[in-house]
Amino acid sequence: MQTVIHTENLCKAFGDFKAAYNISFEVYKGEIFGFLGANGAGKTTAMKMLCGLSIPSSGKATVAGFDVWTQTEEIKRNIGYMSQKFSLYEDLTVLENLKFFGGIYGMSRAEIKEKSQQLVHELGISQFANRLVKSIPLGWKQKLAFSVAIFHNPAIVFLDEPTGGVDPITRRQFWDLIYQAAARGITVFVTTHYMDEAEYCDRISMMVDGEIKALDTPENLKKQFGVETMDEVFYELARKAQRKGD
Amino acid sequence: MKQFFAFIKKEFLHVIRDSKTLLMLFGLPIVQIALFGFALSNEVKEVNLVVCNLSNETKATELIQKFDASGNFKVVQVIHDPNALDQWFKNGNIKMCLVIPAQFEKNAVRERKIDVQLIADSSDPNLATTLVNYGNQIVFDFQMKWFGQSTLPGINPEVHMMYNPSLKGTTNFVPGVISLIMMLICVLMTSVSIVKEKELGTMEVLLVSPFHPFFIIIAKAIPYFVLSLFNLSIIVFLSINLLDMPMEGSILLLFAESGLLILVCLSLGLLISNTTNSQQAAMLISLLGMLIPTLIFTGFLFPIENMPKPLQIISNIMPSKWYYIIVKDIMIKGLGIKYFWKETLILMGMAIFLLALSLKKFKIRL
Amino acid sequence: MRNILYIIEKEFKHILRNRSILPAIFVAPMIQLIIMPLAADYEIKNINLAIVSGHYSSETQHLIQKITCSGFFKLVKETSSFEEGKELIEKDQADLVLQIPNDLEENLVKEKKGKVLIFVNAINGTKANIGATYLSSILKTYNLEFIQKEFGLTNPVDLRYSNWYNKFMNYPFFIVPGVLVTLVTMIGAYMCALNIVKEKELGTIEQINVTPIKKHEFILGKLIPFWIIGFFVFSVGFFFIGMGIYGIRPLGSILLLYLFLAVFLVAVLGLGLLISTYSQTQQQAMSVAFFFMMIFMLMSGLFTPIESMPNWAITMAKFNPVTYFIEVMRMVVLKGSGFADISGHLLKMLGFAIFFNSWAVWNYRKTV
Repeated sequence: MQTVIHTENLCKAFGDFKAAYNISFEVYKGEIFGFLGANGAGKTTAMKMLCGLSIPSSGKATVAGFDVWTQTEEIKRNIGYMSQKFSLYEDLTVLENLKFFGGIYGMSRAEIKEKSQQLVHELGISQFANRLVKSIPLGWKQKLAFSVAIFHNPAIVFLDEPTGGVDPITRRQFWDLIYQAAARGITVFVTTHYMDEAEYCDRISMMVDGEIKALDTPENLKKQFGVETMDEVFYELARKAQRKGD
Repeated sequence: MKQFFAFIKKEFLHVIRDSKTLLMLFGLPIVQIALFGFALSNEVKEVNLVVCNLSNETKATELIQKFDASGNFKVVQVIHDPNALDQWFKNGNIKMCLVIPAQFEKNAVRERKIDVQLIADSSDPNLATTLVNYGNQIVFDFQMKWFGQSTLPGINPEVHMMYNPSLKGTTNFVPGVISLIMMLICVLMTSVSIVKEKELGTMEVLLVSPFHPFFIIIAKAIPYFVLSLFNLSIIVFLSINLLDMPMEGSILLLFAESGLLILVCLSLGLLISNTTNSQQAAMLISLLGMLIPTLIFTGFLFPIENMPKPLQIISNIMPSKWYYIIVKDIMIKGLGIKYFWKETLILMGMAIFLLALSLKKFKIRL
Repeated sequence: MRNILYIIEKEFKHILRNRSILPAIFVAPMIQLIIMPLAADYEIKNINLAIVSGHYSSETQHLIQKITCSGFFKLVKETSSFEEGKELIEKDQADLVLQIPNDLEENLVKEKKGKVLIFVNAINGTKANIGATYLSSILKTYNLEFIQKEFGLTNPVDLRYSNWYNKFMNYPFFIVPGVLVTLVTMIGAYMCALNIVKEKELGTIEQINVTPIKKHEFILGKLIPFWIIGFFVFSVGFFFIGMGIYGIRPLGSILLLYLFLAVFLVAVLGLGLLISTYSQTQQQAMSVAFFFMMIFMLMSGLFTPIESMPNWAITMAKFNPVTYFIEVMRMVVLKGSGFADISGHLLKMLGFAIFFNSWAVWNYRKTV
């Protein structure tokens, strides 16, 4: 299996505070990798380093084959990112958002046009295509933000708590999109607080106090802790945390 | 009541935690006082002057020295070629030129009159008028001494400057600065801080709390009210102690009237925040619609009676115009309320009207 | 380069779509440009004058007539009581009180000399000063006539003066170019600062930061739209209001003005950018921008001459980009100064542009 993310003893410290400590794991191509942890456990810090947004304090990591120390620009060209704020421009229309993000990832105008039509068709949102983003329902906004994040066909897409605040059905639909992307060979790196979502992942890592305390498939984790659900796995681990969430 | 104080406390924390904004809010009045008090004036001193001397006689040199010693002018260069003058002006370095013609002394002695020319750069007409007047005076005095008249025949005026003998701008601008700062804090900051909660969606959280929404808005306004009073104290303190601004009347009355202005401004801020949905819009409306008109129409930068009639009429809707009159009466003339009850009533009317209007708008929004 | 085009396109959509901000950018400045020069006219007419005189002789009548005919004064009251005159000042009904003593005519005849008293309401220093100067100069012409009559001299002073560059002493010619500069400054610096901070506040900047857009591309993409808007506002203000309404005919080259404007806008936008990099919220950016705008405006020589400032303030004014553009505007428009005359200013403006922008870029960290 091809490795797309590889980290080795990755650390990030702010002064004395070790936000992320000795993080080592690998993520493989086409995998849906769940990144779990309580608030303040260091998930966002770790993710920012992988996205090239912040420089690590020590350790090694490559993303899509590029080094997080020296090749952040190359990394950025090969990843997609969707934050919990699903940052679309609210005063632009759906098509205008696609055009903008496609444009800054270097897609040609013709390519943008063709793929936009295709996407609108696939998602069945032609009625929204020319509406301002602020006027469309939240669930659609999130699906759209995800589509924007993978619009330029990145090797990896990072999803930072992508499904906050939507109903279970919409969430299920959202995950269908994630499966589709993974089937196309896009690696999905997702943080979440929903344990049902954790079950959908191929593999899961659990962060506690800046360190990875567990990493395996959901099935194996449940076996390892001798419990029935992912919820219980989470409690088992998070209980031991010293840090308080934010 | 306890809940209400909890709200107020939260609002105070918002204001105080944002140290950059706070610094600006307190820095601004201090900087303005310093600028108006020490830097800005229309007083003319040591203006760059070029002399085009075509005469080279001793009396010409004497006249040049008179100009240089007057304190109003500084002779930067004496030239002898009138054609070079245009270049001097175009470089922007000089504001006036004194041209002394050839055989100036000889002609003056023969005809008992002085013949010189002053050329002013009148791109600034007011400065030009003043400079020509000063120059005129210097030449006039010079000639009187030359021809042996020690005191002038005719009528001599004796000028008394009342209330402000040194002609400082202080008395004029301090009331202006106060109104400007009130506008800034109460209208601008209040409206922006409320609209911000709308924009970030936190307003909804507040509106569903068991508290009457009106009190939430009031709670948002209170820190700015306190901040304004605090700022007012700083301005008054600085202007009295640093700028020798008189305080002839009652300080209590001054604060009461200021409280009234703050109320008007807060109501305006509420009104703006109830009618807009984005911070940028609220800011631009406050800035362009209130702050700049305050600067223009209060009367402290430009005298209102000089303006064309329509503008004079417009100026009446500016609360700061009335406040400005009141502050001058209290601080400088030491007058009591019976001299400005009319202005006070107008401010009260404005406060009631604006408050009622913003309440009405607020209800519609809910 | 292509990335920049996409950002510019997006920015224009943001700006043009915002119905509440659009009029603020384009309409409000124009209204101000029309109103400000009318309001700011310092040329003082209608000075309210009260005359206190107990004794009406032909000489005093002659003097009073001379004063009222000058056109500067409005005679609000003639009274014989000084107390009443003083009260008129107190009530703000009179700006000046001229007291003519009863023995004025007698003294003029006997000693060829006399004295009058002028009381000035000096709260408004400027107005007081100008009023007193006008009144004194009327007395001076009166004296000249008096000297000619009494001593049989011809006019003893022959002082000619000419006003160059603004022959008709038209105040708007002086003030309109200056106001236009401040408006362009405010729009540029403000909108630019707020725009970037808004993306911070809403979190969209995070999305931008993970894209391959480079620092300089993002910044350029943000600056260029406001640079174009600055040109637009300037042009409308200059051609429609300055030339159209106020009839200003620039003596110098308009192209030269645009050259300077181009550099000036880069400097001002750089300042806006700099403010945005130091602010987390729009409210912060706004108050910081306002703080500096206020100082820049007051210290620019727009309303009060820089020459009148104390030395420390003159030094401060030298670090104010607005000062230079106002000066250049007045030089080129009113005096017809050429490239050589303003090259020093241009060089300094380039310095400002480089300074602000490199500081801003240095401080704008794409990596969090």
